[in-house]
Amino acid sequence: MVNDKPETVLELRHLRTEFGSREYPLVAVDDISFEVNAGEILGLVGESGSGKSITLRSILGIVRPRGRVAGEILWKGRDLAALDEAALRKVRGREIAMIFQEPMSSLNPLLTVGLQISENLVAHTGLDAKARRARATELLDMVGIPGARDRLGDYPHEFSGGMRQRVMIAIALASNPQLLLADEPTTALDVTIQDQILRLIQSLSRDLGMAVILVTHDMGVVAQTCDRVAVMYGGRLCEVGTTSQVIADARHPYALGLLRSIPRDVAPRTPLYSIPGAPPALNALPPGCAFSARCPVAGPECLDLRPPFETVGQFHKVACHHRFEALAHFNQQEAAQ
Amino acid sequence: MSAITHTEPHRPSRFRAFIGRAFSRPSFAIGFTIIAFSIALALFPQVFAPYDPLAFDMTAIQQAPSVAHPFGTDNFGRDVLSRVIWAYRVDMQMALFATIFALTIGVTVGAFVGYYGGIADTIFGRCVDAIITFPFLVLVIAIVAVLGPGLINMYIAITIVNWVYYARLTRAEIMTQKSSDYAAAGRVLGYSDRRIIFRHLLPNAMSPIIVYWMTDMALAILLGSSLGYLGLGAQPPAAEWGVLISEGRNFLLTAWWMSLMPGLAIVLTGLGFSLLGDALADLLRPKGR
Amino acid sequence: MPSISYLLARLLQIIPTFLLVMVFIFLLVRMLPGDPAIAMAEAKATDAQVEQIRHNLGLDRPLPVQFVIFVKNTVTGDLGRSIMLKAPVTEVILDRLPTTIFLALYSVVLAVFLAGPLAFLAAVRVNSATDVVIRSVFQIGLSMPVFYIGLVLLTVLAAQLRWFPVGGYGTGFLDNLHHLILPALSVALYTSAIILRNLRASLIEVLDADYVQFARSKGLSTRIIMTRHVLRNALVSTVTLLGLSIGNLMSGTLVTETVFAIPGVGRLMLEAIFARDYPLIQGLTLTFAVLVSVVFLLTDIVQSLLDPRLRKA
Repeated sequence: MVNDKPETVLELRHLRTEFGSREYPLVAVDDISFEVNAGEILGLVGESGSGKSITLRSILGIVRPRGRVAGEILWKGRDLAALDEAALRKVRGREIAMIFQEPMSSLNPLLTVGLQISENLVAHTGLDAKARRARATELLDMVGIPGARDRLGDYPHEFSGGMRQRVMIAIALASNPQLLLADEPTTALDVTIQDQILRLIQSLSRDLGMAVILVTHDMGVVAQTCDRVAVMYGGRLCEVGTTSQVIADARHPYALGLLRSIPRDVAPRTPLYSIPGAPPALNALPPGCAFSARCPVAGPECLDLRPPFETVGQFHKVACHHRFEALAHFNQQEAAQ
Repeated sequence: MSAITHTEPHRPSRFRAFIGRAFSRPSFAIGFTIIAFSIALALFPQVFAPYDPLAFDMTAIQQAPSVAHPFGTDNFGRDVLSRVIWAYRVDMQMALFATIFALTIGVTVGAFVGYYGGIADTIFGRCVDAIITFPFLVLVIAIVAVLGPGLINMYIAITIVNWVYYARLTRAEIMTQKSSDYAAAGRVLGYSDRRIIFRHLLPNAMSPIIVYWMTDMALAILLGSSLGYLGLGAQPPAAEWGVLISEGRNFLLTAWWMSLMPGLAIVLTGLGFSLLGDALADLLRPKGR
Repeated sequence: MPSISYLLARLLQIIPTFLLVMVFIFLLVRMLPGDPAIAMAEAKATDAQVEQIRHNLGLDRPLPVQFVIFVKNTVTGDLGRSIMLKAPVTEVILDRLPTTIFLALYSVVLAVFLAGPLAFLAAVRVNSATDVVIRSVFQIGLSMPVFYIGLVLLTVLAAQLRWFPVGGYGTGFLDNLHHLILPALSVALYTSAIILRNLRASLIEVLDADYVQFARSKGLSTRIIMTRHVLRNALVSTVTLLGLSIGNLMSGTLVTETVFAIPGVGRLMLEAIFARDYPLIQGLTLTFAVLVSVVFLLTDIVQSLLDPRLRKA
């Protein structure tokens, strides 16, 4: 925040991804706009089914051919949404890499770890076999796999869950990407391992100057890891801001509810708050605000009128018609406890 | 009172919903229609058959398919269509008898070895390994060879081999059901093993078994007609599709319809059962939850 | 590479199964009403000859001893004498076996070439019109008994159009390919219906798998993703399926050999049954079981070559 304008590497403008037939499309993600700055970690938060993963997959274009992507995905000034497969392949893995939620199923069980790293290098670098081997060892070493040199010939099933996630990160980082898309990389892991992987991602981001979009449903992970946060609900964005802004000063009723559902400084045995209702199905979204059906402060217009994004502070934006009522409502609740 | 008014409309509506869901699938609707029609033909062939299947007509020998004889006539002037329709009786019977005993025995054995495990299960596993080492048809005809050709012996031979497949399937289902909470609850309540198996575990394990049964009836018709064709199943002059096809074999050049027309009945009925099986597999699959 | 100890362990597993197979075959012949020795002897055999057979089979001794004798004879390759062919069973079978193996391999190759590309087409465009048509055609194929497919091919392609020979067996490799095309195709059409159904399902699953998504996110070329990641993984389940359907395949060749009058072990089995040639029936049943076991073993080895997770014994 020293410079008023940090360098932006990725900018999404009105991203929309739909599936199914053109006549009755299933809109998974709609009107998503945010930017990612060089070297920062952006958290993308929301319940399962809120469109976080689809957003990441849309950036790389791997939702195609079944999904249709509209809007602009500006990567260093170039619109990825307009590129064809061949051109996108040069960006995937080389400039933007991705890691997935399930380390068990995301590595090809039939291929050695060494090959899965080196195929990345074959696609994006001119290294010869010997140099690829050296680079692969270096990568495994970097992500903290002991005895890296001897493990290149091993298969994924010979690694533990946490080690597999490290291997996946090593594969993703093979060609020095400037942006890492991490799709719930710690959800499938034990709590202690989770912490190690998050620290690893953090330190890699810092050391390599690599930006990260970290998808998660865990506000604790966000608080611990991210510089900025974007909150998604029902395929739409509801609040964007720095981590401290969103955690300490959330304005959107969904973000407020999400934060209330994690225990902080409460007496033992206080019942946890949970947002009433269930996330909406993608084919049953109202034309207005996606959260209106579960919102404690929704008014009649919320159902039909989509709330615009309004700036509430430096870097802090919220999409809600009733953000003052929301704040009042949740403050009251808190006081009542 | 209120309990009755509450549950009464609930049950039929759920059943009706299932039927509605089933018939909205083309595969179920088509399969069901074919099988219902086949059963009708098997029960009342005299109603549907245009001619007496056994009446010789020396004025109409080996006539090609026409309006009068849609499937043509055979070397004795008999109407092939009528013979095919009368054959439904034997072939539909094969679908039932070649599977139902195997199903009963297999499900019982599978349920017991699956529930008790131990040494019985080990022996069972070895037997299964040994039996699947024989090609199905080879073992069946070897047994028929010892017992002698004929329908009844064919049913016995098929049952001897076929129960294994039902038992294997049931065993696997029971093993997964056994570890569930309601089985544990039954044990805690002190129910007898037999009650737990037959009242609690088996009903929940039945869906895949029924689906397999449908497919197996299609296979039974293929197998039974193959044996009939080879001369080891139904014996002439019984009208059975495989036998009819075999009788026409020597006239392929002059009267191809004698062999090829009866085969259409096999394909249609087999298709009916397998469509029904596929549709039921989709319908009965537990919803992800 | 699968280890030697894996292979040895797998070989050892066969022994108990095979002993049980021998028990079945042993009991099968003893299920015959009357004296097996008379059943196993030629019709006009003298009392002395029957007595000789009785002694060879050990019928004058207790059942377990008879079984040991049976196993010993079998292991040394002595399966008795065929009644109808008046020759040692082993010799007769070894004479006919190559034809059947050739026919079976031919069918498998045809089936894979038929089902493979179509399954791929159907899986890539799930639920499209192409997919529905391919599936419907093969669903019908699945409802056709092999002998009927054979007769239809025979009538249309051989008898009416005269494209192919109506039956028999050729001399030399190419002539065999030509002569056996219809019989092989009959078996292949049925087998390919089974392969297509399973391969399509496993391709759909693999195409959607996380590791394929991950491979795409790495920016690999479509060719590498398809061959190295998709096909290779789908191949594992296809090999399993091919191995498991060897029984089907053998049943199919038995029927097709009869329809097309091919001198293989399948037709021999039927001839033996109608001639009540029990030594030959017994020997042939055993031969089929051996063939299936060998294929099961090969399947396991190929699988362990493809899938490193299966290499531990």
